[in-house]
Amino acid sequence: MAEETNNGYKSGSNLEKVLRAGHFAVTGELGPPQSADGSVIREKAELLKDVTDAVNITDNQTAIVRMSSITSAVLAMQEGLEPIVQMTCRDRNRLAIQADLLGAQALGVRNLLCLTGDHQSFGNHPTAKNVHDLDSVQLIQMVKAMRDESKFQCGDDIKGECPHLFIGAAANPFGDPFEFRPYRLAKKAVAGADFIQTQLIYDLPRFREYMKKVVDLGLHEKVYILAGVGPIKSSGAARYMRDNVPGMIVRDEYVDRMAAAIKDIPKEEKAARRQAWRETGIQICIEQVQEIQEIEGVAGVHIMAIEWEEAVRPIVEGAGLYPRPTVE
Amino acid sequence: MIVGEQKPIAEIVKLLGDAKKVLVAGCGTCVTVCFAGGEKEVGILASALRMMSKLEKHPMEVDEVTVQRQCEWEYIDPLKEKLKEYDAVLSLACGIGVQAMNERFPNSITLPGLNTTFLGLPEEQGVWEERCQACGDCILGLTGGICPIARCSKQLLNGPCGGSQNGVCEIDPDVPCAWQLIWERAEKLGRIDNLLEIQPPKDWGRSRDGGPRKIVREDLRLGSEAAETE
Repeated sequence: MAEETNNGYKSGSNLEKVLRAGHFAVTGELGPPQSADGSVIREKAELLKDVTDAVNITDNQTAIVRMSSITSAVLAMQEGLEPIVQMTCRDRNRLAIQADLLGAQALGVRNLLCLTGDHQSFGNHPTAKNVHDLDSVQLIQMVKAMRDESKFQCGDDIKGECPHLFIGAAANPFGDPFEFRPYRLAKKAVAGADFIQTQLIYDLPRFREYMKKVVDLGLHEKVYILAGVGPIKSSGAARYMRDNVPGMIVRDEYVDRMAAAIKDIPKEEKAARRQAWRETGIQICIEQVQEIQEIEGVAGVHIMAIEWEEAVRPIVEGAGLYPRPTVE
Repeated sequence: MIVGEQKPIAEIVKLLGDAKKVLVAGCGTCVTVCFAGGEKEVGILASALRMMSKLEKHPMEVDEVTVQRQCEWEYIDPLKEKLKEYDAVLSLACGIGVQAMNERFPNSITLPGLNTTFLGLPEEQGVWEERCQACGDCILGLTGGICPIARCSKQLLNGPCGGSQNGVCEIDPDVPCAWQLIWERAEKLGRIDNLLEIQPPKDWGRSRDGGPRKIVREDLRLGSEAAETE
């Protein structure tokens, strides 16, 4: 049924069309505001829409309350941006998720990224009760059954229109146990993921090693893999990610390059230092995207420049990925 | 065992309010083993309350008793007459003991002196850690005897989240990642295949979400046919 209504596409989203047509995809990321101010979404959407194929709308990222992902997605769509709604298992049980997905479909959402969710202890409500009724693999299965079998998780039929979502999932090539990571990706593929976005990559050799295993397992033929990249804002940010963010690996070369960017600029010249950092951060990111394009099995890049959306355009242009394709 | 820890004394005093005669009641089973509510802790807490009553000029008479198990009628029934003398009982048993006392002696009030924290074990002298959440549907057979429900901070059933690194959980560098442990164990046992299969959504109806859980064993009930033919 889904096949007929979408001309052979699972969802008919722009992202699905771009990937199916064999283009190297570009997705971005948009963090909703910690307020009810919709203009924030509109402004960020304006910066991202022309230089990406679709954009993730985060779901209470880092466990901090923000405007809801689906609401923000609708505001973004009004600006001409294609959203990828993020959905975590942390805040909703299977009833709430399915209810939201019915609504998301009705509102025109066509991409969904299924996530476990950052632990609530990182955010601004650390005493909250987490849900985790489902895990991300089970969430993928549920969304696929809603789309391909018109079934709710309980097995009841969805009478009428069901969500036709292009299903995404996350993968962290830098988490441990490293040997388990490709298999975890395989589980997500078997569960029904159509595309994968990876954690930020600041260790290309390890990512290559991971991708080799992924290709050996044939997973790149089952799911589109989008490599996660992001421009580094400063040497402090590079050090922080290297030393303090669980699940990330940042090679010293990046920290050193960011530090070298400002070595001849006196401390007082804050604006100049900031400018030098930003130029270097964007340049590193462009080089990464170019290298990643050469890695077998990678179908696109996912550029994470949260609160620095302006950086996406120069990265996409610098990497030779502009203009974005139009697929009918 | 059930592991508990004593509430702060200020909270206990607040709970006791203006009670003039208090019985501190310990339990000789789990909370004795975890040094939270056995005879010895009853003695220490009772002394502290007596001192406080003197210092703060709040007259309070404090007596002590410890029964073998506060969660079984036969052990607490002998307290029935004694309880009449007291304005309040301060139980150092787990939450089950506190509820048993209130249920059995509705004319007395039994207050909790402990926070019941988890089902766990002493990892070493003085260190206890949770091992079971009594979810009602044991999956230890799939995970090499390591429970992701009790030990993964997100209760994941299909492998580690992205926050597992160098063997520890994203929430705290002192918390081992349950899925790292499960993976290592599966590798050692040659049972990685178990972890590659997708585990379906869990039936939480067998866990805490279904109201108080109950087991009825007709074969053991007194007066039942099955029990009598034994």
